Amino acid sequence: MEFYRSHVLICGGTGCHSSGSADVMSAFKTELEKNKLENEVKLVQTGCFGLCAVGPVVIVYPEGAFYSGIKAEDVPRIVSEHLLKGRIVTDLLYHDSVQEDKAVKSLDQVEFYRKQKRIALRNCGVINPEKIEEYIAFDGYKALGKVLTEMTPEETIAVIKASGLRGRGGAGFPTGLKWEFTAKAKGDKKYVCCNADEGDPGAFMDRSVLEGDPHSVLEAMAIAGYAVGADQGYIYVRAEYPIAVKRLTIAIEQARELGLLGKNIFGTDFCFDIELRLGAGAFVCGEETALMASIEGKRGEPRPRPPFPAVKGVFGKPTLLNNVETYANIPQIILNGPEWFQSIGTEKSKGTKVFALGGKINNTGLVEVPMGTTLREIIYEIGGGIPNGKKFKAAQTGGPSGGCIPAEHLDTPIDYDSLTKIGSMMGSGGLIVMDEDNCMVDIARFFLDFTVDESCGKCPPCRIGTKRMLEILDRITKGQGQEGDIEKLEQLGMSIKSSALCGLGQTAPNPVLSTIRYFRDEYEAHIRDKKCPAGVCQALLQIMIQADLCRGCGLCTKVCPVGAISGERKSAHTIDQSKCIKCGACLEKCPFKAIVKG
Amino acid sequence: MSVSILEKDKEKFAELKRIIDEYKEKEGPLMPVMHKAQELFGYLPEEVQEYIAEALDIPVSDIYGVATFYSQFTLKPKGKYSIGVCLGTACYVKGSQAILDELVKELGIKPGDTTDDLKFSLEATRCLGACGLAPVMMINDEVYGRLVPSDIKGIIDKYRSK
Ligand SMILES: Cc1cc2nc3c(=O)[nH]c(=O)nc-3n(C[C@H](O)[C@H](O)[C@H](O)COP(=O)(O)O)c2cc1C
Ligand code: SF4
Ligand code: SF4
Ligand code: FES
Ligand code: FES
Repeated sequence: MEFYRSHVLICGGTGCHSSGSADVMSAFKTELEKNKLENEVKLVQTGCFGLCAVGPVVIVYPEGAFYSGIKAEDVPRIVSEHLLKGRIVTDLLYHDSVQEDKAVKSLDQVEFYRKQKRIALRNCGVINPEKIEEYIAFDGYKALGKVLTEMTPEETIAVIKASGLRGRGGAGFPTGLKWEFTAKAKGDKKYVCCNADEGDPGAFMDRSVLEGDPHSVLEAMAIAGYAVGADQGYIYVRAEYPIAVKRLTIAIEQARELGLLGKNIFGTDFCFDIELRLGAGAFVCGEETALMASIEGKRGEPRPRPPFPAVKGVFGKPTLLNNVETYANIPQIILNGPEWFQSIGTEKSKGTKVFALGGKINNTGLVEVPMGTTLREIIYEIGGGIPNGKKFKAAQTGGPSGGCIPAEHLDTPIDYDSLTKIGSMMGSGGLIVMDEDNCMVDIARFFLDFTVDESCGKCPPCRIGTKRMLEILDRITKGQGQEGDIEKLEQLGMSIKSSALCGLGQTAPNPVLSTIRYFRDEYEAHIRDKKCPAGVCQALLQIMIQADLCRGCGLCTKVCPVGAISGERKSAHTIDQSKCIKCGACLEKCPFKAIVKG
Repeated sequence: MSVSILEKDKEKFAELKRIIDEYKEKEGPLMPVMHKAQELFGYLPEEVQEYIAEALDIPVSDIYGVATFYSQFTLKPKGKYSIGVCLGTACYVKGSQAILDELVKELGIKPGDTTDDLKFSLEATRCLGACGLAPVMMINDEVYGRLVPSDIKGIIDKYRSK
């Protein structure tokens, strides 16, 4: 193997790719060649580092220098200063990695990473996901080898059971138990499936694992195949994830070439292969029975359970289905033992959880923390708090199935059970932060709009009930709310929860119920006072000119598209509310900040 | 229809046949075949659905049922530039609705529609995985992040003159 004195890691995750990391990559190539460094410095394109907000991200080892927001123009300086002369270019470093005395902090001391613990994401941002050799160099496929040559299927299942791992796809079902059910089911053929449909509309944890470390999922599926007695796997992945699909395709080919998938793996008589199946844009296909119908090539409609997939799944055969992140934990559990995994997390929730931090937060990106970390730690320490000095209002977890958590619960340790107790849920890992400028009624309407759109229509409570709820919310946000609407929403919500056929319908009312629970006053303000306290709901807004601040410059009259503003020069202007279309143009134009919305 | 288009379609149908032959023996071949067919033709016109039905021996009504169930399959041709505005949660709380509204105004079409000149299609999408840059939109493979409504006209004009 060649020896390189430096490694330059360039993030090729979706976030950084969008902010131009491909140009940075080619600039490095050119500059290294120009300086004849290509045999001394190795360029590696990796998966997501997690701090997508400051992308494109470049890390240079051995120093662990963390460069952020790098453009192609910056590359010649990094090459000539850092790589040629050994002087780190401090002004290009991520701000938190430079200490006050100008010393450079190593990556794991940066606030964003300090409290994180990376198990599922351990290789993301570390290895090149398109090279199986790099995965192998980091103990890749060692767990599969161990299982196949040293352990029986029963022992394998026992290890997973003992670890306490629970499903990361949302429901938190104990993984070892599920494996055991599938192993015990009778059938001449069994399947192992991976749920990579990632339906939560504001989250990308699974995507990052697939893009940054696809082999960890392949290896885990093969281990599962051995444990339950399956020889065929399917990964059901969203078609909207082109980079993930490409890297998975490469990974499967490379694993086949090295005999890590296919016939007689590790010289044993265990055979296992994996095929990709692409979704086609239906949220309900994340639900296990719908997913299996979709793999079979049918409309992705859920069916009642039992029979559970472990007994009757894809093509009517016993099937094991786990989530991407669940799988990503498996090889580490096999290698480090169940006691190690048990030692991380809380009493009933072991290990770590990956969250996609988004919304009104400084460090948007991907974080992995031990279960039991509090929301406050995630938002303020790792996430760097709320931008622009605004006030925290709520954190949304669990996407369209979850709920909003208000400030009073910021110190709740995050695990499956505590989140359910406060009216939300762990979900798959979306964590969206909202500040005082977000309207909670509008957010509830947003999620319901999503579920109405995505309901498969098979059962009436979901098909009709959610539509009724959406109509009420629409009315409220338009200023036509009536007394009793809140109670109606609660009643409808409870009855949909108890009568819908699948998880989509059963959880659809949650965003509404949890916002009513914690932000009832905001609903009341919309209904009784016809006001949106956050200033979001257009129909309830009034744009007004404050007479005492208005100097009568007349600038606003010029930008108003409908001629709603009038007034003499040098005296206070007024807005004709019947004409105003609330476009907000005048608001930005007024040099004296005399125009306000409320 | 001009002769050249027919010729081109002939090639496409030959390619479709090749794809179907590849998947025919696998279990549950319909969705992969439909994906590939849409890639090939840009959408799933009736003749293509019928062709697949015949070749895979599946009733055409089933194929239509699948095509209409999944939002990614489209029965109408798409514009040359396909615009997707992210209405994922992270983008929504950062104001992506206003971006979508601006595009509706600028293009004069609703989400899900295509302009008459087949130049632009507009779509509301879910998380594109670039929440760090929210609010985000995509035009074909190009990602635009940290948008404000006043950016829209300039970006669209660039594509108009392409
Ligand atoms: C409407 C709906 C959508 C779902 N979407 C997903 C998803 O996108 N990804 C996922 O892993 N699980 C999703 N689930 C959960 C799956 O049905 C299933 O429980 C999970 O994939 C099992 O894997 P796990 O035990 O490893 O969590 C969804 C469930 C419902 C009801
Ligand atoms: S609850 Fe909704 S999504 Fe689930 S089966 Fe019923 S209609 Fe379909
Ligand atoms: S908000 Fe728009 S329409 Fe209303 S007064 Fe100001 S510029 Fe005119
Ligand atoms: S995509 Fe580069 S840090 Fe997330
Ligand atoms: S929510 Fe828009 S990119 Fe993630």
